[in-house]
Amino acid sequence: MQNSDSAHTSGPSARPQAATLEFREATKQYPGQDEPAVDKLSLTVPAGDICVLVGPSGCGKTTAMRMVNRMIDITAGDILLDGQSVRERRPAELRRQIGYAIQQIGLFPHLSVADNIGTVPRLLGWDRERIRARVDELLELVSLDPAETRGRYPAQLSGGQRQRVGVARALAVDPPLMLMDEPFGAIDPINRERLQNEFLRLQREIRKTVVFVTHDIDEAIKMGDRIAIMQKGGHLSQYAPPAELLMYPANPFVEDFVGADRALKRLALQHVRDVDLWKAPLVRAGEPVAEARAKLADSEVPYPLLIDGDGRPVGWLSERALMGERVTDELRSRATPLLEMEDVLRDALSDLLQEEAQYGPVVDERGAIVGVLSIEILSQALKTDPEEVPSGADAL
Amino acid sequence: MSPLLAQVEIRDRSQDTCVSDNGLCPGWIADNFDRYVDPFFQHVLLTVVAVAIGFVIASTLAVIAYRRRWLINPVTQVTGVLYTIPSVAAFFLLLPITGRGFLTATVALVSYVLLIIFRNVLTGLDNVPEETKDAGRGMGLTDRQLLWRVELPLALPEIMAGLRIAVTTTVGLATLAFFAGAGGLGEQIFADINFKSNVVVAGGLAVLLAAVLDAVILLTQRAITPWTRAVAAR
Repeated sequence: MQNSDSAHTSGPSARPQAATLEFREATKQYPGQDEPAVDKLSLTVPAGDICVLVGPSGCGKTTAMRMVNRMIDITAGDILLDGQSVRERRPAELRRQIGYAIQQIGLFPHLSVADNIGTVPRLLGWDRERIRARVDELLELVSLDPAETRGRYPAQLSGGQRQRVGVARALAVDPPLMLMDEPFGAIDPINRERLQNEFLRLQREIRKTVVFVTHDIDEAIKMGDRIAIMQKGGHLSQYAPPAELLMYPANPFVEDFVGADRALKRLALQHVRDVDLWKAPLVRAGEPVAEARAKLADSEVPYPLLIDGDGRPVGWLSERALMGERVTDELRSRATPLLEMEDVLRDALSDLLQEEAQYGPVVDERGAIVGVLSIEILSQALKTDPEEVPSGADAL
Repeated sequence: MSPLLAQVEIRDRSQDTCVSDNGLCPGWIADNFDRYVDPFFQHVLLTVVAVAIGFVIASTLAVIAYRRRWLINPVTQVTGVLYTIPSVAAFFLLLPITGRGFLTATVALVSYVLLIIFRNVLTGLDNVPEETKDAGRGMGLTDRQLLWRVELPLALPEIMAGLRIAVTTTVGLATLAFFAGAGGLGEQIFADINFKSNVVVAGGLAVLLAAVLDAVILLTQRAITPWTRAVAAR
């Protein structure tokens, strides 16, 4: 195991974690075409960040990505990986150190899942035992059962499983950089969302530098630490964290591309735990009404919230509940929607609207009340300065 | 030496009524089976050698033309012309160059299978999904590694299909190899083409050979392409 480690990485660093990627006026001009496919693209992706290249078709986003591992060679400018120009590297050797996942996945149909994932390790001369262990480790990492999956052929997997195997294969030798071209593009919406979340969870563990190509601005906002919006002719329109992009679009093209609902999209970047919740007037059944009224006067929420012995919200109390000496459990309405600290603000807003409620009790993981989210808090959140808003991947 | 002389020989040798009635005579077949053994193995040798050489030449051409597309047309045209030359004519055309015998027959048979194998190997390679090749390259496989580890394995079903056609066709054509003086079952058939027992045994052996070789290739294909039978398990 120990001497095979040297075969693992032929690069200078012993164990690649994440690399810094820098485009320096990188240009691709195809012969016989007036416009370059990618025009003087300059941007830096810090190590460990997800950079999403997004834009309409024909904007050069895929070309830009493929220039990194020399699937397409740049005609001018340069691309640096940890300070070293990709032009100085032999393409095959360079590519083995860069994870590569594409929309069509491109699993080898004639090889088992294990052999697919083990392809690059085998090219690098890992011994059989190490490859086997790595395959199982990766399958578990992408939430597949190794015993059940490793011997299957790609034709025997569902679309989502294939996509996971594709990601595992791209991660096989723990590359410092991953290139992903619409990796979840061919998956149905429900599974796509799940795979996106899984990948973000994975990314928190592995902290790779990722170049992620998509045409879907919502996916870009969700996945990206930084988003590069490109427009036709391979021009970079804006390169910024998602919140900044939504708050301050650099030009009409970006404004149009992020959509008229960009204010709402910003809500997708924040979670309930990121905003200051209101204190609810919490009362228990049998409590003196006077105390309850005092709490009510002290709170921004105009209705008393009945809680049980464990602090779990039961429902909003009606006027009649406070008529007598002691609080009774006559409810105005159930305590719905119940929100959680990890909920995304956009989803919380949607829940509130659906329940036609102005206030939503927020509970912790044991179900005990921690505060109330109101429509007013949400409209405040829309005015927050983007600097205070965490970017997509960090927030999760 | 000539077929005509041989005919007289077979008929004259037997005196029983079945033979003189030109029927299907088990007794005669049992007594005379020896005479088919050598031609049969000549036939096997002719077929296997011709297809093997043809396979090496044609698949090499196909692999080269796969990368250098401009070669496809010239190779198809040349092998196409070879394919259309009637094999009997080919035997006689070759006689002044290679003389009578095994070599002449083999050269003619090889030239006949080139087009079949070339086309199938090329089709197989062309049918490898673009995304599979893209993923392979993107992962850092060199062109050669991609060819041997991905493209050729995935082309196997078409390649093997081409081999099956080539083998069965060659078994048939090799029955004419005696024109080139290379023996084979054809020599026995034409030794007494009017004698039913003779034609049935010699012809039957040729058919049997074709069927067996075809089955061998088919079984080989199943053994080396297990993924083609892997159906969705859900």
